[in-house]
Amino acid sequence: MSGWAQHLPLFPIVIPLLAGAGMLLFADAQRTPRTVVALAAALANLLSAIALADMAGGGMADIWPEGIAVYLLGGWQAPFGIVLVVDRLSAVMLLLNAVLALVTLVYAQARWKRIGPHFQSLFQFIVMGINGAFLTGDLFNLFVFVEVLLAASYGLALHGLGVSRVRAGLHYIVMNLAGSFVFLIGVSLIYGASGTLNMADLAARAPFLADGDRILFETGAAILGVAFLLKAGAWPLNFWLPQTYGAAAPPVAAMFSIMTKVGVYAMLRLGSLLSPSPGMPGLPGVPGIPAPFGEEWLFGIGIATLVLGTAGTLIAQQPQRLAAYCIIASSGTLLAALGLGGAEIKGAALFYLVSSVLGTGALFMLSEMIERTQQPGEAIAGSAADPRESEGEDELYSDWPDEVVGIVIPAAMAFLGMSFSACTLLVAGLPPLSGFVAKFLLLAAALDSVQGTVVPGLVWVLWAAVLGSSLIGVIALCRMGMRLFWSQGEIVTPQLHLIEAAPVATLLLLSVALTAGAGPAMDYLGLAGQSLSSPRDYIDAVLSTNPLFSPASRGAGQ
Amino acid sequence: MEIVYALAIGILTGSGVWLLLRPRTFQVIMGLSLLSYAVNLFIFGMGRLTIGRAPIIDTLQQADPSLYDDPVPQALVLTAIVIGFATTALFLVVLLASRGLTGTDHVQGEELEP
Repeated sequence: MSGWAQHLPLFPIVIPLLAGAGMLLFADAQRTPRTVVALAAALANLLSAIALADMAGGGMADIWPEGIAVYLLGGWQAPFGIVLVVDRLSAVMLLLNAVLALVTLVYAQARWKRIGPHFQSLFQFIVMGINGAFLTGDLFNLFVFVEVLLAASYGLALHGLGVSRVRAGLHYIVMNLAGSFVFLIGVSLIYGASGTLNMADLAARAPFLADGDRILFETGAAILGVAFLLKAGAWPLNFWLPQTYGAAAPPVAAMFSIMTKVGVYAMLRLGSLLSPSPGMPGLPGVPGIPAPFGEEWLFGIGIATLVLGTAGTLIAQQPQRLAAYCIIASSGTLLAALGLGGAEIKGAALFYLVSSVLGTGALFMLSEMIERTQQPGEAIAGSAADPRESEGEDELYSDWPDEVVGIVIPAAMAFLGMSFSACTLLVAGLPPLSGFVAKFLLLAAALDSVQGTVVPGLVWVLWAAVLGSSLIGVIALCRMGMRLFWSQGEIVTPQLHLIEAAPVATLLLLSVALTAGAGPAMDYLGLAGQSLSSPRDYIDAVLSTNPLFSPASRGAGQ
Repeated sequence: MEIVYALAIGILTGSGVWLLLRPRTFQVIMGLSLLSYAVNLFIFGMGRLTIGRAPIIDTLQQADPSLYDDPVPQALVLTAIVIGFATTALFLVVLLASRGLTGTDHVQGEELEP
């Protein structure tokens, strides 16, 4: 048992990889075996993520007493070989990704998997890429995993084709290819200046760089930060986002809602490692953290993203575009909160991250089901502005079977209405769902971080921006709800499969559970936030892990 | 040698960025290709430019690091070439799909001027 458990950090990468590659062997017509494999892989991925979250909480003290699992991929010690690292932050992100992947995959089984080839494999590959990005402890491997998830996402963004998807996909691919080149320049500049790509080793070496190298290193970090911010959907690099997410197939868009969080995660991880911490021997006169990871920069960018994302929710005409703007607003809130700094805020921001991914994921899936209530002729304003577009859609949907197969749930309209209200509460941050708890924790932590009696302007700005965006979010979502449910046009009561409704319900129930269990969840996430503020443990764990089988012991064994 | 190398990267990047900002998809993909060349050269250059030094340790010579080139950027550039090439090829497919579906090679999918 413990032999297997030692390889646990590898599972979230290997399971989707094998499943995705294995499914390519089945012919396109063999849907059942592929569905079984895909669901089994998603379930296994979820189980391993749960086990890793337990490990990071200290549940496997016999193997990893610190709660930080370091897996030496090639059996070489850390700065020389590449490593996978799981700490609390990675474990939370892995768990979130696994939950989202499982529910969106179940949702996609109803109809969306059929409208294009290789959906199941691409879906597994995107899960693998996201998991890998959360696991890796090495900058270049971060690039590779980000490319894996992007390559899969290019395929998924185009899933189902149609003019609007191809046009949005074109822009999406160009932006991300350019972003990848920026990423590479940053990584190589950092390597050229510091001589290492291992994040922990980099953090240990950065304070001791000579002046000339330090400038190059900071330039590299700044360029890298631009690439991360592009992935995170930060203003002014996010104009591709609403179009792509709005045009993508709904289960794909729901999966994309965690993709921007990969950028946020990378900012958080590298920002934590590069910041001067109490336990680190820093040299006097060495500047702290490189520019885009620095707190003022991140705060400003976050507020700008939040304001523009919120403005976008007001002008969005389609529910799916509205959800895309909600993603931008949540990215902005996260970046601004992280920019304010402090361990407490990081914990609260993680809580907000979990809650907002659940909310936007549910909103994307729900928006497609709600759009089915509209008459095909009088599509929602904006979605059929281009006549060619609706032609393309007709062609596309003609492949679909008219008869629904499977269990149809009763009271479809009631379900849609209830779920939409719940999503509104969750995304806008009103009680009683976890969105409210998250925003409350965030604002309370921002106030707590104030030393002395005078509250600094930055905290006021954050308060105003978060509360204002919540208000506008409520207005935008209510307006959308009124137009969708109370409009004068005739509403077609759609037939909803059980496997379509259940994923949305699951995500919403999870957010209810997150509200009810806010105490334990916040304890866990608060410790994750604290570990980010003292990266010494992470660095020590990575650099001190020795290979299980050193060449000497192998020789002795023989 | 460094000056020539830096100029080459600079010219490739400049042309690449200019083409990337052009309105035709073909120009965009040419720009992306030029940018990827520039980035690959840049990664290679980050291992420092040396002449006559192998990146693999030779058992006949002693293992003095100053006798060898840094192998890591060469490994990185290999990965970057493969990934950049593959994603650019994917973009080419999307470009053709867009041309076929919209009937124009403009990046917006429609001609701005009649």
